[in-house]
Amino acid sequence: MALEIYLDLFSQPCRSVYIFAKKNNIPFEFKKISLLEGHQYGEDFGKINMMRKAPAIRDGDFCLAESVAIMQYLAEKFQTPAHWYPSDLQQRARVNEYLSWQHMAIRMHGSKIFWLRLLIPKIMGVEVPQDKMDAALEDLNGSLKLVEDKFLQDRPFIAGEQVSLADLVAIVEIMQPVGSGLDVFESRPRLAAWRERVRVAVGTELFDEAHKDILAAQEMVKNMDASKMQVFKPKILKLFL
Amino acid sequence: MELYLDLHSQPCRSVYLLAKRTGIPFTFKSVDLSAGQQFGEDFGKVSVVRKVPAMKDGDFILTESVAILQYMVEKFPQLVPGHWYPSDLQRRALVNEFLSWQHTALRAHGSKVFWFRRMFPSVAVPKEKMDSALEDLKQTMDLFQSKFLKDSSFIAGEEVSLADLVAIVEIMQPVGTGLDVFEGQPALSAWRERVKKVIGEELFDEAHQSIMNVDCLAKTFQDNGMLEFLKPRINKMFT
Repeated sequence: MALEIYLDLFSQPCRSVYIFAKKNNIPFEFKKISLLEGHQYGEDFGKINMMRKAPAIRDGDFCLAESVAIMQYLAEKFQTPAHWYPSDLQQRARVNEYLSWQHMAIRMHGSKIFWLRLLIPKIMGVEVPQDKMDAALEDLNGSLKLVEDKFLQDRPFIAGEQVSLADLVAIVEIMQPVGSGLDVFESRPRLAAWRERVRVAVGTELFDEAHKDILAAQEMVKNMDASKMQVFKPKILKLFL
Repeated sequence: MELYLDLHSQPCRSVYLLAKRTGIPFTFKSVDLSAGQQFGEDFGKVSVVRKVPAMKDGDFILTESVAILQYMVEKFPQLVPGHWYPSDLQRRALVNEFLSWQHTALRAHGSKVFWFRRMFPSVAVPKEKMDSALEDLKQTMDLFQSKFLKDSSFIAGEEVSLADLVAIVEIMQPVGTGLDVFEGQPALSAWRERVKKVIGEELFDEAHQSIMNVDCLAKTFQDNGMLEFLKPRINKMFT
């Protein structure tokens, strides 16, 4: 049985796994799921990942969740070029450090902005209070500053001279608020230059293809049927409002 | 090697336990979080992120406990047995899967419950937020058991790994506030005993001494002026 990768390209961690697999010519079956339509709660998907999240893979009878773990698995199994997950002790540590930090930092803050700007107004029918928006923006700016000042500094990529899993995971998360109409690169030339380097390193066509849906998110959300998305209300009230 | 630690912090405990258990030589550099030392000038030279743990190995500085643990395993193969981070593809994947998941699950919910219980009533956590935090913790603990532990002795199978180490220190955080998450949970308790045995009871208890005695934390913050600094941060967790 072929490797199955369950993906929704609206999701940041799905994009990093997708780009990594395609860039490295890893053969897989693209199993499309739609998170906003609630496919993750279906019985079949529950057998793949009981945590009800994407991405997830099924490799024979081995199932695995968590994009970071999936990419580490694929890198090892398919012996991808070393720069993705360097074997040098310190370089690998730099990659691991970023992969760990990002969960509760840029991922969390970028996701929140996407929800506050696009999904919550659509689903709840109200704009988010300005003070909440400002606080979320402040958090995102803080994380972006750390990406630039600590993780990149004056290096071309996070681990040094070549692109790695760290840059891939970073870029897909940073593109999320961009999809909501917030151009975080506009006032950040260093970050914009790094984005272009990553885009070229993975392949501009592949990068753009992977980000097609998220960059069309504003339009897509506008046309969504809010009544079908009410299942997200409790989560929204709890997490964001 | 220098390890910058405050054993009130879960990720500091996992790093400390691995180093002590395997005999990795290091200097313990204390960072007193309750006194705000992470914001001081000296520590700022170690880490701009202002968090612990941090590791300084010669000129090389590293933050993030998961990265530090992975570094130690890799650097000291002669001291750290392979089961801590198995080389088998699928076993390693199971460890990595847990290490990734735990940030926004066990760690996030355990920390939240810790802060809410420890700081109340100095910080007036509304009842529904407290209940909600406790419910989140319960759900995450249930998921931990049904998905990560299942019927195995440890997360990655029959031998302990970094995953169990990270799990146990996070689960001990709410326990430190008097919330016995192990009560009525025989499978979880049995796992805890297995992990404690591998680490060594004495070492485990030593590492957890500060967190098991945090009753005066709210008063400490009140006395040293940190309460006003912490209040908005904790308020943010439930508003």
